[in-house]
Amino acid sequence: MSASLTSLLYLIAAVLFILALRGLSHPETSRRGNLMGMSGMAVAVLATLVHAGMHASGYLLIVLGIAIGGSVGAVVARRIAMTALPQLVAAFHSLVGLAAVFVAAAALNAPQAFGIGTPGHLYVESLIEMSIGLAIGAITFSGSIIAFAKLQGIMKGNPITFMGQHKLNATLGAALAVLVILFVATGAQAIFWIIALLAIALGFLLIIPIGGADMPVVVSMLNSYSGWAACGIGFTIQNLALIITGALVGASGAILSYVMCKGMNRSIINVLLGGFGTDSGGAAAAAATGDRHVKHGNAEDAGFIMKNASKVIVVPGYGMAVAQAQHALREMADTLKQDGVEVKYAIHPVAGRMPGHMNVLLAEANVPYDEVFELEEINNEFSTADVVYVIGANDVTNPAAKTDPKSPIYGMPILEVDKAKTVLFVKRSMASGYAGVENELFFRPNTMMLFGDAKKMTEEIVQSLDH
Amino acid sequence: MNPNQLADQAHALATQADALAAKLHALGTAAAPAAAAVNPFVFLLAIFLMACFVGYYVVWNVTPALHSPLMAVTNGISSVIIVGAMLATGLATSHWAMAFGFIAVTLASVNIFGGFLVTQRMLAMFKKKEK
Repeated sequence: MSASLTSLLYLIAAVLFILALRGLSHPETSRRGNLMGMSGMAVAVLATLVHAGMHASGYLLIVLGIAIGGSVGAVVARRIAMTALPQLVAAFHSLVGLAAVFVAAAALNAPQAFGIGTPGHLYVESLIEMSIGLAIGAITFSGSIIAFAKLQGIMKGNPITFMGQHKLNATLGAALAVLVILFVATGAQAIFWIIALLAIALGFLLIIPIGGADMPVVVSMLNSYSGWAACGIGFTIQNLALIITGALVGASGAILSYVMCKGMNRSIINVLLGGFGTDSGGAAAAAATGDRHVKHGNAEDAGFIMKNASKVIVVPGYGMAVAQAQHALREMADTLKQDGVEVKYAIHPVAGRMPGHMNVLLAEANVPYDEVFELEEINNEFSTADVVYVIGANDVTNPAAKTDPKSPIYGMPILEVDKAKTVLFVKRSMASGYAGVENELFFRPNTMMLFGDAKKMTEEIVQSLDH
Repeated sequence: MNPNQLADQAHALATQADALAAKLHALGTAAAPAAAAVNPFVFLLAIFLMACFVGYYVVWNVTPALHSPLMAVTNGISSVIIVGAMLATGLATSHWAMAFGFIAVTLASVNIFGGFLVTQRMLAMFKKKEK
């Protein structure tokens, strides 16, 4: 097949990818969008398969690779629990990063396959593009591994900080830049692999100081990196589909990171420097408010209050995911709806461990998506709600974000649950949230604390409602 | 006309043709720098920048409720890097390049199948209220 025809097919694949993202503007069109994405991939792979000059052993390896990788991917996609999605996505990012490293290595060893020179004598611009793709790919790989370990619970979620951390990172970054220059000048294999190792170390170091609840930003950012890495490789091997797709993914991840940071009223720099949530201020505040009165209740009280309500808004958070309480929650909502109570769900942009995490979990429990609302859509409605049921969320409801300029979360947009007549707060203990701040809401007279596991408490409420 | 004369004429014509071809070639190389004055990199860069803008506007239109499927599907599509891996595996003669290519094909395939299928699974769950 002629090179132009192949390029045209790559262009078609890229357009199909754009349409795949376009489809996600609404749940109704999203499924068709995903199909377009799959067809785009099929077009790109087929166009490459019929490329002139492919040798038989190459075909064998390609088919073998697709068979092994494809079956692993398919099994994982089928088996994975929806609560484990954030770590799955992190793992996928690391694979894109690693694939970028290996494609760069292959291109360095066989530049003639991509028409970018001969072994040992690559074009300078190709070397520049290659080293960018390599470095970003390697950082994405190791950074995503740390994100995965933190999300999976292999590693503690606490930020890991040490003296001179940022200086060390800056030094590594500078060393990386020097090595890239050396690599472009010499094209030496050894320098290529030193860059890879250094970038892997930098990826680890960049992500360890970032705490568990900041993972939505980290995962989005690594998503963006994986896109830029693909782009770098796309420029190296001069492939249209790769450049366009890399740019799309890079933009997507960057926008998600921005949305997440805005949801916390923090700058991306603040998140990336890490160490958030280790302030001792939280402990001091807790001590100061130690004796204040907290009203607590049990499942029957909660059931009684909700049964007599006409409008209930549910505010889910990461705790709901941990307790796997989404199914019990849907059951509770169904029972309430049978009694003529209006039930809605309010989702904060940073609830959970990845963007849109709560929406997926609620969808899994068969909650219709038109009952689920974003912060701006529903914030005015809290004043008309009789009951707000906060399950596994904390900081995102803290009124201190609006009233206390000294609070670390001051300025963060919150769900204004305090405006409702009654707030039911399901929590395991009085412990403060991720930001390490005491939640003022616990001590309000219209708040009732329901201490216990989110799932068990919700199930007990369902039982009490059935009586 | 004897064969010798014919041969001479043919030879003369051939020399003339050679000269003409050389002239043409010279013209071609003289014209080429003018036509190729724009490095192909610039075209790729233009495509890249346009794609960034397209991505920016398309992604802002994605509803926040579908941000998780968005991440999963971007995993799938960014694995189009498999194209580079396949070319390296299939065209290279160096064993190292083939080995690296094979690893990359395998890794990217995990993502392609995993990314699109998990997106499909997620999207299948987003249903409307039954009326």
